[in-house]
Amino acid sequence: MDSFTTPLLAGTATGALLLIAALGLALTFGQMGVINMAHGEFLMAGAYTAFVTQQIVTNADISIVVALPAAFVVAGLLGLLLEVTVITWMYRRPLDTLLVTVGVGLVLQQLAKDIFGAQGDPVRTPTWLDGNIDVFGYHWPYRQMFTIVLAVMALIALAALLKYSAFGRQIRATVQNRDLAETVGIRTRAVDRITFFIGSGLAGIGGVAVSLISGTNPRLGTTYIISAFLVVVAGGLGQLKGTVIAAFAVGIATSFFADWTSASMAQVATFALVVVFLQLRPQGLFVVRSRGLA
Amino acid sequence: MFSPPTRHVIGTVVALTATLSLSACGNKDGDGSAAESCVDTSGDSIKLGFLNSTSGAMAISEQTVRDSLTLAAEEINADGGILGKEIEFVEEDGASDPAVFAEKIDKLLTSDCVAAVFGGWTSASRKAMLPVVEANNGLLFYPVQYEGLEASENIYYTGATTNQQIIPAMDFLASEGVETLFLAGSDYVFPRTANKIIKQYAAELGIEIVGEEYVPLDDDDWTTQVAKIVDAEPDFVFNTINGSSNVGFIKAYYEQGLSPETSPIISVSIAEEEAPAMGKDVTGQYAAWNYFQSVQSPANDVFIRAFQDRFGSDRPTSDPMEAAYTSLYLYKNLVEAADSFDVDDINESADGVSFDAPEGTVTIDGDNHHIAKTGLIGQINADNQFDIVWSSEEPIEPDPFLEGYDWWDPTAE
Repeated sequence: MDSFTTPLLAGTATGALLLIAALGLALTFGQMGVINMAHGEFLMAGAYTAFVTQQIVTNADISIVVALPAAFVVAGLLGLLLEVTVITWMYRRPLDTLLVTVGVGLVLQQLAKDIFGAQGDPVRTPTWLDGNIDVFGYHWPYRQMFTIVLAVMALIALAALLKYSAFGRQIRATVQNRDLAETVGIRTRAVDRITFFIGSGLAGIGGVAVSLISGTNPRLGTTYIISAFLVVVAGGLGQLKGTVIAAFAVGIATSFFADWTSASMAQVATFALVVVFLQLRPQGLFVVRSRGLA
Repeated sequence: MFSPPTRHVIGTVVALTATLSLSACGNKDGDGSAAESCVDTSGDSIKLGFLNSTSGAMAISEQTVRDSLTLAAEEINADGGILGKEIEFVEEDGASDPAVFAEKIDKLLTSDCVAAVFGGWTSASRKAMLPVVEANNGLLFYPVQYEGLEASENIYYTGATTNQQIIPAMDFLASEGVETLFLAGSDYVFPRTANKIIKQYAAELGIEIVGEEYVPLDDDDWTTQVAKIVDAEPDFVFNTINGSSNVGFIKAYYEQGLSPETSPIISVSIAEEEAPAMGKDVTGQYAAWNYFQSVQSPANDVFIRAFQDRFGSDRPTSDPMEAAYTSLYLYKNLVEAADSFDVDDINESADGVSFDAPEGTVTIDGDNHHIAKTGLIGQINADNQFDIVWSSEEPIEPDPFLEGYDWWDPTAE
């Protein structure tokens, strides 16, 4: 019993974390086609925002509530800055974007080292997240449940935005046919920027959740970026449904592999699984047929 | 749209990396010819090299070692130098990169012509420097506890080898009546080697290993592995995790309801510097070292006062810092015993050279170049200092290959 509930619940939480990281990518990579390798560093920026907030608002119970919107704005602004200064010149050159954003990621890591030091900083867990509930012998930490709630809320907010708001329709219009969108009066450049702001901001929220696991450190983003890309690719570009399923599948699979073998083996096994899956189904889980991306 | 160019990019990256690593291999010029030392002992000063990472991931730890080396050099100079010669130290940055360590020690030995080099932290940095220091017949003083199984004529190891830290920790656990033990470590050479020794000694002591988990160094999420500790309900957890991964481990440990009352942790890489950086109150947990700031000795009082006067009263002193400080004084004593700065002369008369270090009197073993050290177990108190709860009573002779332990079988799994 225990060897089932533990990896299932822990894996769901891991999947939720991946989902938050991947939701932003699903926007910037899946919808806009930008390969942003610095997305992981936006996660890191979110974690450091949680740390800095805690220095200002010393009550950990309250600071986390302040940190979430603050991290969204900080990471979002970083993303906006990147879009305006760098990516805007490279929309037709995805490969160059990849190389440049790897560089930007390294710069951000070094910046974090210079500002905060190479060693990580601890982020205190709020008392209302400190504890666990016994589920069939697994002492399920409140923190993991919080991560899942956070992911679901981010997902609902994003899906609602895309589906029901005027702005969401503008995003979809721009993605599906930029020229046509422009002819009906949508300012597609503005849409690009705001989309990038939201996608990067989501990474910031993920960073706050990560900071509760392990505090901050400058390399934090590199741990998640590859898995997040895998999730978006395996889910299929251009829609959220596949990303959600892929995120939880990868999280839960990793957890089960870790339970059966070891944490190092689990990473290998999960990657192998995704690679095999993509060999069989290169387009990912779901395909959107009418969209601008090849 | 994406897959073919991506493959192209990967190819470029692989080619780039290959070129870089090839050029890294190509710049070793000193070896082979070697031997002829360029150290100048004619003047009234002697050059020594301090090679620590002052940038990169290890900087935070290695800077503390650099500081205590600087302190020792200043003290020795104020006291008349080594054989009447003032120490002139050349500082280099290892940049947390083993290849840089190899390059910089080569520069220190062959172009700065230093008489000895002090530094290194990770085993990878030491392994990278070893062939260079041997090829040039130089001297390296390495101040950090490590996984043993090494003894070079050209290196003096002033940190603990396994029989001075891991084995005393196991003796302590046995004396506490521990019956079940869980092993948690980072996935690299030190934890793997340490746990191999722990498992074999545990079998000898009748302690049952109820679990063994590793997580890669760059992965900080220990939730799933800690759940296994909760299930196994061990009497103790032996922690060989390194670096920031400790934070994730400690958080998950307390989050899932474990505590020093249920399954206390004994660590080998959490010291005075790290304990307050865990994001949790770790009072009551244990650590195995050969020096704590709380060691009661006149030499330690002097060391702490001098260090805090020089670098700030809020700075703690830790085991690697003390081992580095000790290494420079040992070098002084080695040179004075040999009455020479020559490496072969020093090695000739090394056996038995000692120093009244802050941790207690330490003595060099001339055969394996390690030093006899007292094993200590400390328990973390509310001030993030360690109350010493167990000691090996007298210094333990270094045995890096564990030849004196008949339960040890290096070939066993």
